[in-house]
Amino acid sequence: MIGLEHYLTLAAMLFILSIAGIVINRRNLILLLMCIELMLLAVNFNFIAFSRYLGDETGQVFVFFILTVAAAEAAIGLAILVVLFRNRRSIAVKELNTLKG
Amino acid sequence: MTEHLLSFLIWLPVAGGVALILIGDDDDAASARAGLMRIVALAVSVVTFLISIALYTGFDNAATAMQFVEKYEWIATFNVFYSLGVDGISAPLILLTTFITPLVVIAGWNTITSRPAQYFAAFLILEGLMIGVFCALDALLFYVFWEAMLIPMFLIIGVWGGERRVYATLKFFLYTFLGSVLMLVAFIYLYTETGSFDLFGFMDAPLTLAAQKLIFLAFLAAFAVKVPMWPVHTWLPDAHVEAPTGGSVILAAIMLKMGGYGFVRLSLPIAPDGSEFFSGLMITLSLIAVVYIGFVALVQKDMKKLIAYSSIAHMGFVTLGFFLLWSIDGGMGAVLGVSGAMVQMISHGLISGAMFLCVGVMYDRVHSRKIADYGGVANTMPVFAAFMVLFSMANAGLPGTSGFVGEFMVIIASFKANFWYAFFAATTLILGAAYTLWMIKRVVYGEVANENVANLTDLNRREFIVLAILALSVLVVGLWPAPLVDMMNVTIEQLIEQVGQSKL
Amino acid sequence: MYDYYLTIVLAPLAAAIIAGLAGKQIGRAGAHWITILGVGVSCVLSILVLKNMFWGGAVAENISVYTWAVTDGLHMEVGFLVDRLTALMMVVVTFVSLMVHIYTIGYMHEDPGYQRFFSYISLFTFSMLMLVMSNNFLQLFFGWEAVGLVSYLLIGFWFKRETAIFANLKAFLVNRVGDFGFLLGIAGVVMFTGSLDYATVFGQTEAIAGQSIEIFADTPWNAMTVICILLFIGAMGKSAQAPLHVWLPDSMEGPTPISALIHAATMVTAGIFMVARMSPLFEMSTTALGVVLFIGAFTALFMGLLGLVQNDIKRVVAYSTLSQLGYMTVALGASAYSAAIFHLMTHAFFKALLFLAAGSVIIAMHHEQDIRKMGGIRKYMPITYWTSLVGSLALIGFPGSSGFFSKDLLIEAVKDSHWHVDGSLLYWFAYLSVLLGVFITALYSFRMFFLVFHGEERMDKETKSHLHETPAVVTVPLVLLAIPSAVIGWITVGPVLFDGYFGDAIKVLPEHDVLAALGQDFWHGSMALVTHSIVTPVFWLAAAGVFTAWFLYMKRPDIPEMLQQKMSGLYNVLDRKYYFDDLWIKGFAGGGRRIGQFLWDKGDQYLIDGLFVNGTAKTVGRLSGVLRQIQTGYLYTYAFAMIIGLTALLGWLIWLR
Repeated sequence: MIGLEHYLTLAAMLFILSIAGIVINRRNLILLLMCIELMLLAVNFNFIAFSRYLGDETGQVFVFFILTVAAAEAAIGLAILVVLFRNRRSIAVKELNTLKG
Repeated sequence: MTEHLLSFLIWLPVAGGVALILIGDDDDAASARAGLMRIVALAVSVVTFLISIALYTGFDNAATAMQFVEKYEWIATFNVFYSLGVDGISAPLILLTTFITPLVVIAGWNTITSRPAQYFAAFLILEGLMIGVFCALDALLFYVFWEAMLIPMFLIIGVWGGERRVYATLKFFLYTFLGSVLMLVAFIYLYTETGSFDLFGFMDAPLTLAAQKLIFLAFLAAFAVKVPMWPVHTWLPDAHVEAPTGGSVILAAIMLKMGGYGFVRLSLPIAPDGSEFFSGLMITLSLIAVVYIGFVALVQKDMKKLIAYSSIAHMGFVTLGFFLLWSIDGGMGAVLGVSGAMVQMISHGLISGAMFLCVGVMYDRVHSRKIADYGGVANTMPVFAAFMVLFSMANAGLPGTSGFVGEFMVIIASFKANFWYAFFAATTLILGAAYTLWMIKRVVYGEVANENVANLTDLNRREFIVLAILALSVLVVGLWPAPLVDMMNVTIEQLIEQVGQSKL
Repeated sequence: MYDYYLTIVLAPLAAAIIAGLAGKQIGRAGAHWITILGVGVSCVLSILVLKNMFWGGAVAENISVYTWAVTDGLHMEVGFLVDRLTALMMVVVTFVSLMVHIYTIGYMHEDPGYQRFFSYISLFTFSMLMLVMSNNFLQLFFGWEAVGLVSYLLIGFWFKRETAIFANLKAFLVNRVGDFGFLLGIAGVVMFTGSLDYATVFGQTEAIAGQSIEIFADTPWNAMTVICILLFIGAMGKSAQAPLHVWLPDSMEGPTPISALIHAATMVTAGIFMVARMSPLFEMSTTALGVVLFIGAFTALFMGLLGLVQNDIKRVVAYSTLSQLGYMTVALGASAYSAAIFHLMTHAFFKALLFLAAGSVIIAMHHEQDIRKMGGIRKYMPITYWTSLVGSLALIGFPGSSGFFSKDLLIEAVKDSHWHVDGSLLYWFAYLSVLLGVFITALYSFRMFFLVFHGEERMDKETKSHLHETPAVVTVPLVLLAIPSAVIGWITVGPVLFDGYFGDAIKVLPEHDVLAALGQDFWHGSMALVTHSIVTPVFWLAAAGVFTAWFLYMKRPDIPEMLQQKMSGLYNVLDRKYYFDDLWIKGFAGGGRRIGQFLWDKGDQYLIDGLFVNGTAKTVGRLSGVLRQIQTGYLYTYAFAMIIGLTALLGWLIWLR
């Protein structure tokens, strides 16, 4: 029987993978965006799992919200990426350090 | 109008300043708009002065309470009031402010060529805010005026200043701001104790010695910087050197008085025991200011710096006079010291303002403030030289000029306190004369030193009027200080009585 | 009389203001007429006041003019105290001033600053009158400083000359050193009496003398002694007593009329006047009187010696002024205040005369002041010659001249002041100094006199061809001053010194009253004094001085030169004025500048601005320089930091709470 803990473990693994992706990845901004999506996915997993476990539908409603936001975010993120690429001819993370003090 | 007199005095110049900004600038100094703008500036400042005469004529010398009081609710939640009033301590300072501002406007008449409207606007707004400081009876209102005042001054030095104006403005701003923030902390503490920002509530609040000491130190941080006292004085020479002439005049004549005013209005009555505890320190710092700064002034090569240092030395008399009363055991002296200090503030306002105007007159022609660039000015500018010598003598504290009155009273009071206080204070007789007259010797007297001096032209009518008015007032205060002293007597006596009673 | 007093004071002031502010409009003649009119009115009225005092039996008047300020129960007023002392001073001041005004027309007639000069000297007359007529310490100090101011302006009158503007700065600053003490003295008076008014203060002298003040811990000093010495420091500055005398010789850089008016006849005697005015205070402190006596004696003797080596005609007279001021001070120290004032008066006449005569010579010599380049002027300038002779004889105390009466009796008074028992050495020093001073005075006065008016003509041809007597505006004042120089002593010595002219104006304790003792044993009228003088050492010393001068400078001029070479060490000491100038200029002025430079460099610039102000800024900068390394600018670093922070927070919430 697959229980709550399995879902939570999967979600945690996905989350950690995405964190690793954000921290380790230094070349590509698209990868970064995908990692963030993955992170949200992991969160969604938790929502659904808990919703089912607790018998409360609110969690599933939230998943729809998150999916919508994620979609919007991906769209805006890609748009920014395109603009960034046009301006700098690169989307390498290494070169984006204007915030450096 | 009398019941709103103070509000008029505050907001009329501010409104005038805003109007000037709206008229806007015209870089062509001869254009009709530039002319209109100057006339508006002068008219506003003169009308403010005329209104302030009502303050003098309507002032009751015998009253112990605040006069011309106005009180309206401002921020009801925190018990903050828009409350104004004057007594014998603040009224003369307000008159000084309204008296000096028109002169500054005239002095900048056509010497300021870049953004003149904004320049005059800054001075008018500054005037209103300074008057606000002198008549605010609510601590928060006081604080707002106090801090707001920095902004026009910051701009005046930063925009119309000399070469190192950015360094000077930053130094000026950080120094004064750092001090005032601690004052705000003290206000908030007192608010939590009394439940309102009413200054009289603060004065009546019972406070422990520890609290009083901390409050005194917080106030000291704010006021010592403004006065300025040694060793937090180094912003002043820089600010003066970089400021335009008008800025220097206002800075020396009125802004420095804020510190002294703060001591009498806040430190002494709110924390009398704290003041007593630190009075020895204050006297020591004041005497260091007189002697140490006197020596430092001696070796200055820049005229404005020299006058700035002499200002610090003269303000040392102010703080000395304020803190003598605990060293005097009974009898005459305590009131004399504070009166002397107050007179010294007024007189220093007139004299240092005049001295900076004199330097400004030369700077406008030669574009140098260095003593070494001058020599023999009396040959080409005899009328100017006469004024300069007169003001220098006043600066050196010659009897018959206003510079003597305050120093005399403070020295007499300090002799009563301790021989050595008087001894060190009286060194100003020698040091003050030495640095001022040595400068005069090198600048005014002698053979014509160079081409620049040979080509100087004597005062024009505008400069003559400004200096003549100041010369006259310096002499009047020096020869007959009674009206001024009478105005302050009752208030100071009451203050001494109040401060003399321990809050513990 | 109130109107009289006010007019006396205000007439010169009004004239000064008109001549000063409207000089261009009224022109040169206008300027001298208006100022002479002003001072003339003062002079005539002063004489009337004195006449009323002398013969009219007028009593002292103490009038308040207006209240300067009142605070803390301290009444600061402007007012007049006109008693016999004041009346005498008023006449001296206005008379000499009038003479100098007239003389100036001749002396300054080519100067471009003509109106300014008249304005200044009229202003001076006003200030000096304020000083002598004051009835309180505040106004006294006002007058005191105001005459100092005018003196400053007048010494530096020719402000293009480097030496003149150096001298005026020096004069002002050295005077300020004196004023420093003076002001402290006034503060002391207020501390013990709570009043600035003479009458009130003098009424409490016993009370002050009974108190003490601890200046150094655990050493109580008598309050009166402290106050008197502080006040006397002021007098030392103004009356040029050693070591505050250094400004007076340099002040000769000013035009000659003011040397006569300010630096000989009136302003420099303000200190003497002040001590006499304060006699009720000084009488209560024998210690203070001892100090006065010592300083006076030192000045009288040693400043006279300096006159021997000077070659500038005005400086010789200046040193003789220093020495004569020393005489007056000695008299004050001996409690012979009347004698001091009497000598002040006679000295005012004959010294003003000598200065104006010197000025007359200087005009004729086209502003040459070196006596080595003069000689034999007698035949060209008879009036100047004879008036100078009168002045010189008065100065050395030739029997019958005004100086004779004042100086002779002054020396007698010092001789009798045996009550200075606690300083018997002091007594002998004082007495011998004034006695020896007589010889020296005669020597340098007649050295100058012979070198200028007799002997060979050492001036160049050009000057010689123009040499002639000066115009009437110059010689008339000389004659008018020569008359009192010759006769005033004879007439007034009796009433002033012995018949109690001063009355209550001067207070002397009975045991100090040497003049009263002299009056009983010694005084038998002017004639008797003159005949008696033949047997006194004073006469013979003076005669010896004149003879020596004649012998050394007329008969054997090689001897002084030889002496100068043989005793070059001593000569150098004298020539360098005992190194007092070096002490003041290099020592105090230079030291002050070095202290200032040190405080400025090390204190303000290095310590406060460098270390504290900019140091704080730099430390903050350095610290943030380290901290900025954390700011990589990469998004992932921030994200990682956020996650670590979040984890840490969650961990803390779960496990540690």
